[in-house]
Amino acid sequence: MFIPCDRGGDSAGPDFKGFTLLMPAVSVGNVGQLAIDLVISTLDMTKVGYFYTDCLVPMVGNNPYATAEENSTELSINAEVYSLPSKKLVVLQIRSPFIKNKYRPFCETLLSWVKSSKCARVVLLSSSHAYQRDDEQLLGTPLRYLLTPDLEKAVGGRMKELNWKEMEKVAAYPGISDTDKVLHIPGGGITKLLFTESCSEGIQMAVLLKFCSEGDNIPDAFVLVNYLNEWLQLIKSEVSTSSNSTDPSSQWKIPSSWRLLFGNGLPPALF
Amino acid sequence: MATFFGEVVVAPSRAGLDEEEEAREETPEDREIRREIEKKREIDVLWTWQAGGCAGEPLVCSRFIVAIGRNAAAFLSSFILDSVCWEVVGVVKLWNEWCRTSSTTNVLPTDSFCLFYRLISDPTVLLCQCSCYVAEDQQFQWLEKVFGSMQKKGLQVTILSTCPVADYKTQESTLTLVSPFLKALKTKEFQEQVCCLLLEQPNIVRDLPAA
Repeated sequence: MFIPCDRGGDSAGPDFKGFTLLMPAVSVGNVGQLAIDLVISTLDMTKVGYFYTDCLVPMVGNNPYATAEENSTELSINAEVYSLPSKKLVVLQIRSPFIKNKYRPFCETLLSWVKSSKCARVVLLSSSHAYQRDDEQLLGTPLRYLLTPDLEKAVGGRMKELNWKEMEKVAAYPGISDTDKVLHIPGGGITKLLFTESCSEGIQMAVLLKFCSEGDNIPDAFVLVNYLNEWLQLIKSEVSTSSNSTDPSSQWKIPSSWRLLFGNGLPPALF
Repeated sequence: MATFFGEVVVAPSRAGLDEEEEAREETPEDREIRREIEKKREIDVLWTWQAGGCAGEPLVCSRFIVAIGRNAAAFLSSFILDSVCWEVVGVVKLWNEWCRTSSTTNVLPTDSFCLFYRLISDPTVLLCQCSCYVAEDQQFQWLEKVFGSMQKKGLQVTILSTCPVADYKTQESTLTLVSPFLKALKTKEFQEQVCCLLLEQPNIVRDLPAA
């Protein structure tokens, strides 16, 4: 599934042993994917390979993180892997939806690649339909996290320090009391499947998600990536001297491919 | 999601999610139906030499030109193909909700078809006219079966396709674009001169040309 680019002299390909794999779920508002775009663009990550898969709708374009004429002509496809060895970070970006009935095989192949490449843990950025929140979830922060049991042991304490809120389980049959509570992530795409499979296969996985709706999801992406940054500290959050609050939003670099997200400019002939 | 009129509807998601699919476990009947549909949607690539019972040896190919969509196929018919210099060597048989192609090589321009031609003077030059729509779950199969029959060393592939102008994202008005409006994408291995400008962000290519 994983094809390294530029095999060069190192035929074994890049080594991800002990790395953190950061990846998005294709979910409501594409918030996870937008957040990943911000991470790759800001940290100027290098592409190290791609996934050759029949599970995602094909697409191709030129380099979405281009900053100048020289680096704008590298082809980019629907599932690519970027790495930053100095932070032991490997990032997977997914750029198109799943083909019908193919999301399960993709999850299986992905998790077996995670195990074979010996990544230490997986962090999945996702989102869930805001309109499906219950009364309690409507109040307070729209951000949630989930940890598999193996990762809970390692970092559960840190989440408590950060005062993060764990994703609540809901009743399997709403309205009927005394039913089992289950995990329900509407609009989260493969989030629930990946999480439950990771729990049963002993993979250390964290899910970070935001409740949102479809629309202009750029602010949601910033909120999610700042949430991630509270934990992983990928970029320094500068403390503003005038107020005591930290606002790292301005330090994330928006990629050039985010231009014209909602279509072209207006034709002058309209007026 | 509540609309302006107060009705509650399920909001469609850009992410292309299908909640029903996730929640339901597949019964044996479902599995059987799914397998039957998958079989019906399988693609068959038939080469003329296979009809004579020859073994499937990889086709030696130096240049492969693929025209995807009716416009690109018509371009090849009008300017490149003729019965003197080119011979039909293969056909793709497929079915999906949008079209069906057959194994006949005698087609009308208005039919949906996918034919392969070979240059008689240089049999390593191959051309494909694909005017039918290849559905997203068939694109990977098309690729593997067509390219699987070819020896790929030293192969140069050129893909011709069209997209609606309305899909082109630009700061200026699309009314002022020069005609013909050509853009290209190329791999870094392609060293020759490209005859037009490269496709700039945030534009992308989808479907079979992308695959």
